[in-house]
Amino acid sequence: MTETSATRGLIFNEPLLWEIGKKGRIGFSMPENDVPDSPLDKRLTRKDSGLPDLSEVNVIRHFTRLSQWNFGIDSGMYPLGSCTMKYNPKINERVASLPGFAGAHPLLPDSLSQGILRLMFELEQHLAAITGMDSVTLQPSAGAQGELCGMLIFHAYHRKNGKPRSKIIVPNTAHGTNPSSAALCGYRAIGVSVNEKGILTPEAVAAIMDEDTAGIMVTNPNTLGFFEENIQKISEIVHSKGGLVYGDGANMNAVMGIVDMAACGMDVLHLNLHKTFSTPHGGGGPGAGPVCTKKHLEPFLPVPRIIEEKGVYSLSNDFPDSIGKLHAFYGNVGIMIRALAYIRSMGGENLKKASRLAVLNANYIKEKLKKVLHLPYDRICMHECVFSDKNQNPTKITTLDMAKRLIDFGFYPPTIYFPLIVKGAMMIEPTETESKEEIDRFIAAMEQIVEEAANQPDLLRNAPGKCKVRRLDEAQAARKPCLGG
Amino acid sequence: MKDLSELNLPQNVLYTKDHEWIDTTKDTIRIGINDYAQDQLGEIVYVELPQAGACLNKGDVFGTVESVKAVSEVFMPVSGEVIQINADLENAPELVNSSPYEKGWMIEIKASSPDEIKTLMDREAYLKFLEGIK
Repeated sequence: MTETSATRGLIFNEPLLWEIGKKGRIGFSMPENDVPDSPLDKRLTRKDSGLPDLSEVNVIRHFTRLSQWNFGIDSGMYPLGSCTMKYNPKINERVASLPGFAGAHPLLPDSLSQGILRLMFELEQHLAAITGMDSVTLQPSAGAQGELCGMLIFHAYHRKNGKPRSKIIVPNTAHGTNPSSAALCGYRAIGVSVNEKGILTPEAVAAIMDEDTAGIMVTNPNTLGFFEENIQKISEIVHSKGGLVYGDGANMNAVMGIVDMAACGMDVLHLNLHKTFSTPHGGGGPGAGPVCTKKHLEPFLPVPRIIEEKGVYSLSNDFPDSIGKLHAFYGNVGIMIRALAYIRSMGGENLKKASRLAVLNANYIKEKLKKVLHLPYDRICMHECVFSDKNQNPTKITTLDMAKRLIDFGFYPPTIYFPLIVKGAMMIEPTETESKEEIDRFIAAMEQIVEEAANQPDLLRNAPGKCKVRRLDEAQAARKPCLGG
Repeated sequence: MKDLSELNLPQNVLYTKDHEWIDTTKDTIRIGINDYAQDQLGEIVYVELPQAGACLNKGDVFGTVESVKAVSEVFMPVSGEVIQINADLENAPELVNSSPYEKGWMIEIKASSPDEIKTLMDREAYLKFLEGIK
């Protein structure tokens, strides 16, 4: 590999806003006050806001320069496993910025919000169609809140039946948030291990499923990138003991419109609009983690719910068994607009095709790179594949070193050290939006890095070399964080 | 990552399958995580320990260790009451990396069932166990 897409450019240094600010600078002039002053209660006021005084050009240059340090999906391939960093089509942004949507206020009455309510209602129906589930809430603001919503529904269901339960089964291929969400609801997470093929067995679940277990949380496809082939049998076992099945749909990008999650036995399933449905991940948000249920759990969904009567849409709180409200107003509505724009612009067949291409791309990378990297589970994968740094043990090059070196080639590093069941894991998810040429460049970069790991290991230990800053001391940043301006 | 031959595994402590060490040669029993565990975890950024006075059974979680890679639980090698914790780890968790058996010790306990000590591994048995999982 002779030429990489990463090179050097003029990158500006930029101090903190507090170091740029100078007393008296302002960004814009406020119009003169033409109404009498109405002072706030003294307890609510303070003399100094703690914010710097800045001019408009200060602010614009500051954030433009910071943005030039950044790497995003619009700059290059971002194969961050389990995060589905697909390209976010700009038509989504265009639609979301239409004045009728952008200017809508959550305190408007239903009668003046018919368009946006209809949009949300239709998005719910599309998500139900794509997953095979019956009912949907769009309210949760991210995947983990979707999980919490699901666990609250489990709890409400068992309480309604008069038999609260205390445990939840969580496989060792789950996302870390699964046991946390269960614990937040007061459940004890009971671990279960996958077999040598990297998937769950009915026997392992049967051995621990009992009548004090509220259910199981299954990520399908799981975090090793494999489809849980035994999911129907596992669901039968859980249901036979009165339990429920929760599907973590974070990896739904592999199976959009292809797998019927209801037929798999899922009772509750969350989706990540910011993964599968191409809405921005942003700086940690806003996201959206809609939750789908089967009909029998619909009464427990959070309120308000969007209802339609004779073509008129409204928000209703009239669901006495509901777990209540999860978000101010109705969640991150701007994200819902983008997701619907994506679904409608793709259409059903193209969504299925996107999933197929995501799976094809991951398998292509897996087959090419298994020649140079250790592949702990060598079988057909879904949307992502998991390698390890075992082949690099002789020169003591680690997954972290290879990930950092990848930055020098102009690629965002994959997810590393996850899932925990693979030592030195490197989890690669290309998504469907990368072209074969781009994926080939990524493969060539990885092949070169593997060669460097054997012959020039120090190059990797000192990587990245082309960035504005060299390798950051992550340990020191975590031990002694410097917070604030 | 260290090879087995590079690991510092002292003779005077006993080992568990979860890679804790326990020193039973003195009046108060000390517990920590061993060189293999700290090497696998990588740079440790936070150690959470129980309160003195906590009574825990063998196998119970007595704390968590957070590294740049992962968060791991640490388990009681034997049952007992926590007499003292290593308060230095609050501000200097890196001691577990640099000195796992000395400055990086975690808790001191009074064993409630001293017979449980017999179930633990000595250096040779632990090395054999490691060979099996490597």
